Amino acid sequence: MSQKNFTKAIVEAVSQEMERDTDVFLAGEDVRVGGVFGTDAGLFEKFGEKRVWDTPITEQGITGLAVGAAAAGLRPVIEIMFMDFMGVCMDQIVNQMAKMKYMFGGKAELPIVLRTHSGAGRSMAAQHSQSLEAWFCHVPGLKVVMPSTPYDAKGLLTTSIRDNNPIIFIENKRLLAVRGEVPDEQYEIPLGVADIKREGTDVTVIATGYLVQDALEVAEELAGKGVSVEVIDPRTLSPLDMDTIIESVQKTSRAVVAQEAVTFCGLGAEIAASIQERAFDYLDAPIKRVGAPFSPVPFSPVLEEAWVPGTAQIRAAIEEIVPVNA
Amino acid sequence: MPADLSNDELIGILERMILIREFEERAATLMEQNRIPGAVHLYVGEEAVGVGVCSNLTDSDYITSTHRGHGHLLAKGGDPKRMYAELLGRSDGYCKGKGGSMHVADLDIGMLGANGIVGAGPPIAMGAAFASQYRDDGNVSVVFFGDGASNQGTFHEAANMASLYKLPLILCCENNLYGEFTRQADHQAVKDVADRAGGYNMPGIVVDGMDVMAVREAAGEAIARARRGEGPTLLECKTYRFYDHVGRDFGILKRDEEEVAHWKSRDPIPAFQTILVDQNIITDGDAEALTEKVRARIDEAVEFAEASPEPDPSVLLEDVYTEASA
Repeated sequence: MSQKNFTKAIVEAVSQEMERDTDVFLAGEDVRVGGVFGTDAGLFEKFGEKRVWDTPITEQGITGLAVGAAAAGLRPVIEIMFMDFMGVCMDQIVNQMAKMKYMFGGKAELPIVLRTHSGAGRSMAAQHSQSLEAWFCHVPGLKVVMPSTPYDAKGLLTTSIRDNNPIIFIENKRLLAVRGEVPDEQYEIPLGVADIKREGTDVTVIATGYLVQDALEVAEELAGKGVSVEVIDPRTLSPLDMDTIIESVQKTSRAVVAQEAVTFCGLGAEIAASIQERAFDYLDAPIKRVGAPFSPVPFSPVLEEAWVPGTAQIRAAIEEIVPVNA
Repeated sequence: MPADLSNDELIGILERMILIREFEERAATLMEQNRIPGAVHLYVGEEAVGVGVCSNLTDSDYITSTHRGHGHLLAKGGDPKRMYAELLGRSDGYCKGKGGSMHVADLDIGMLGANGIVGAGPPIAMGAAFASQYRDDGNVSVVFFGDGASNQGTFHEAANMASLYKLPLILCCENNLYGEFTRQADHQAVKDVADRAGGYNMPGIVVDGMDVMAVREAAGEAIARARRGEGPTLLECKTYRFYDHVGRDFGILKRDEEEVAHWKSRDPIPAFQTILVDQNIITDGDAEALTEKVRARIDEAVEFAEASPEPDPSVLLEDVYTEASA
């Protein structure tokens, strides 16, 4: 066990699984130089060009490569540099890899991990900053994984590479520098199991990606004011562990859902709808949603800061539904 | 006649083309009688391409197909019983009734599926070819696609990647002169799709797609080259769709009668039959008996399909995901 950042946790997960299983290979743009975010650092040198394909800029080619290679028995890990670029190759993701098993009556298995980088905060503007996880949650056949800590990143990625389903694995850009305890050896974290990041009794905050970090910061701050906040990170967005969320809301009677993606039609809306279906009688207040306003991600640092939801929005949402002196 | 083929093998090639023809004629009738739900895209007229190419392949080689995929599956060795059952949406179909005409597949014989998306096949076949190179197993992949699909970016991305890595891939363009309902001259800037090979530093071969032996020979050279590790070939087969884009006559496209008559006069089945008769390999009587034998097989297959049970609604959610992992 040692302190590692999120980036290092990702590299370690891929590297160790490639050592363990020679059917695993990596392909993506600029992976030869370690990837633009360093999440592939050293893999080309370690495994060589046969197992680490530094591809052309060719997103449909990369995703199709994964579909065909997986159908033929390999276990591709592919990287789409920015989540925004997944718009370029949606057919291979949505119509091919997600559906092949079902369309073929169950015969095809496609053990694919598509890793990608999401999120704002680097002044990279509208085409390099989005959080599009809800698109993929809407597609039966895909699993969507979105860790918020280095520990979860390594364990979930190891499990994802071993899973025989196609998986969208989302690495939030602001999380890449976050540090935490990460075991040196391999370990798995099961998919579809949420994690209670902090226990509390007054309100449940269900947060994803970087907003888990924000929610924990707010929880710490409000604890000093006598408000006890429970923070849940679903970690896997599809399949979604609603049982853990419902159990928590039955205890706290209040819920805030927090995501970096635009609020409208986001994952938070799905979670809120499921809470009211299953725990309506337990609720003492409306479920609040925290997310981004309905605009493309702006470039200007001032505008971007105004766009990205964070601690202020989470705090405001909690304060709206938790009575003073709760 | 090629010296490598016995008389039985030559007769087998004729029989396979007749099987596709009879299968498609019956499928068209079943669709017109509303016994097949949805749509079928008929391969009638193009039989020499699929049969000529696949006569060079084994069960461990891969092919990807198109929306017009029945002929490819039959050419690869598919079972007409399970195909009709699938076309009828029955539980004994190749896909248990979940795929239908546009998604028939048989992974056990390397057929990675018909495909409802024009142009989806090339990157998938490229991925399967990558798997063969990765494992050094000597297998090749053939992607069948049309003139229309060669306008999609996926074709170009797969061609570039295959050439870069010298993958064992054969890009087999079935140029039937129409992209759905649009004439080739109205949808692409080249007359010979094979010209596009130059952009990817690979051989581009044009062959008469109505001559099964010519297709077999040209594909055989490309496949041998691929097996030797010398990379991909773009093989363009000039052919013709005797019927409409969907069914026999969808009713929105009026083709030039002389054009249709010209191509029908070049029907690949009687042409090859004549050659076999002229060379005293079969008699006309043998050919008639062969056709009767195929028709009996088709009757039996349709009977099997119609006797197959409808899928039980309880299977709706099966095959979306697998529980398996590495």
